[in-house]
Amino acid sequence: MMDLKEAICELIRLTSTDLPAGVEKRLREAANREEPGSAARLAMDTILANVDMARKNSTPICQDTGTPIFFVHYPSGMDTGALTAQIRSAVELATQRSTLRPNAVHSLTGKNSGNNLGNDTFPTIHYTAIKEDTLTIDLMLKGGGCENVGAQYSLPDTSLDAARDLDGVRKAVLDAVHRAQGDGCAPGFLGVAIGGDRDTAYAASKEVLLRDLDGRNPDETLNQLESRLTQDANEMGIGPMGFGGKTTVLGTRITCLYRLPASYFVTISYMCWAYRRRKMTLTAGQVTYE
Amino acid sequence: MTIELRTPITDDAIRSLKVGDTVLLSGVVVTARDAAHKWLADAFIHPLQPPSPQEQATLKELKAVLDRGVIFHCGPVVTGLDTRQYRIVAAGPTTSMREEPYQADVIRLFNLKGVIGKGGMGQKTLDALHASPAVYFHAIGGAAAVIAQTVTEVLRVHLLELGVPEAMWVIHVERLPVVVTMDSHKRSLHDQVRAQSRRALDRLLK
Repeated sequence: MMDLKEAICELIRLTSTDLPAGVEKRLREAANREEPGSAARLAMDTILANVDMARKNSTPICQDTGTPIFFVHYPSGMDTGALTAQIRSAVELATQRSTLRPNAVHSLTGKNSGNNLGNDTFPTIHYTAIKEDTLTIDLMLKGGGCENVGAQYSLPDTSLDAARDLDGVRKAVLDAVHRAQGDGCAPGFLGVAIGGDRDTAYAASKEVLLRDLDGRNPDETLNQLESRLTQDANEMGIGPMGFGGKTTVLGTRITCLYRLPASYFVTISYMCWAYRRRKMTLTAGQVTYE
Repeated sequence: MTIELRTPITDDAIRSLKVGDTVLLSGVVVTARDAAHKWLADAFIHPLQPPSPQEQATLKELKAVLDRGVIFHCGPVVTGLDTRQYRIVAAGPTTSMREEPYQADVIRLFNLKGVIGKGGMGQKTLDALHASPAVYFHAIGGAAAVIAQTVTEVLRVHLLELGVPEAMWVIHVERLPVVVTMDSHKRSLHDQVRAQSRRALDRLLK
């Protein structure tokens, strides 16, 4: 197998320091909607200056470089054990190069491992085998502030008057946005999974955030719910950093999973404005990034 | 209008600040987050045993820079760990609410005039800000490159054994941009926004 350590380390650097253009465009539009001179506008202008500076200096956009979450689609038959080892060495190298902050802490001793490696569980790597001969690695860096405001609801929820239908889903998601206030570093993005069980739903609510920002949901009902949720969330006026303002949520992505007859989970992953995700593709020995 | 402030900060300057003011903060600030706050509480505020001589020495050094000073809820990215030629390359605020159990006591312990963080804090801290007096400065979450650019010098590091994010970094900043979101007159922008967004949510849930 080809040595991909340096290539993956570059994927990590790009993700940590260079925000995707589509995200930056939405941030710029949100900045223009806020009143000049307001705290919300100051927040947005600072965010935009920060995105620019991080890219120019090749330094992390946010000091919380988060949990590195890798979604790997590999040609069936590839040795994933060897690939895991390469991803882990790339994470260690990126930490030495200060592209990542040492973020793996032992939950009992409180000791930071210093290299972003912890047992087999840190970083997170999801594998899916595919028929094609192309390896793709999507990387998302998800910080603790926004991870902490993620939420899972079990419907029906009487306190929200949320039944097992799409209006119930809407109510649960809006409640989560209200609870988060500015703590998830608003304006953020919502990844929502309907159904599944407790663990598959959280993973799916993150993976759906990899979908193209400007693309439509293939399911028209969900497509409409995505727009409605973004609009409703912004009506709450929580605003950038929770300072009060026009934009709280920049976009919503929903996915649907099969569920048990007894369970109806609505799971929300909140992604901060620093929506750091990049993709690496390996075809015929050539590596490209997007 | 933007107000310029430099540590150590006077009580008069603090009392003149109100919710919504934008401030450019300069001078010495000390990073302290979850483990540092817990350590301060366990070693000095509610000690189960007397602090060790080393802990007392650390406290003395911290008191010298934190009297009328400012604590920053931040776990930075730092280069130069092997050579001790430390440089902060990313330094945004972390969520402050996790320090709510400790903050009021820590404000009193050091005679703090400000706490920098994000997301705001609770009633106990708001009361302590009133009593001190002190204010809560909200930095822009995630703006780690811009804030790192305001750090002109790393003066000292304490508790590095807790790991880079949790250590207490004594740093000099010049014109760090912040917004006052909790003032010394018991006003909190966070309480206002929470109440107003609650009313909107109730409408949307109907």
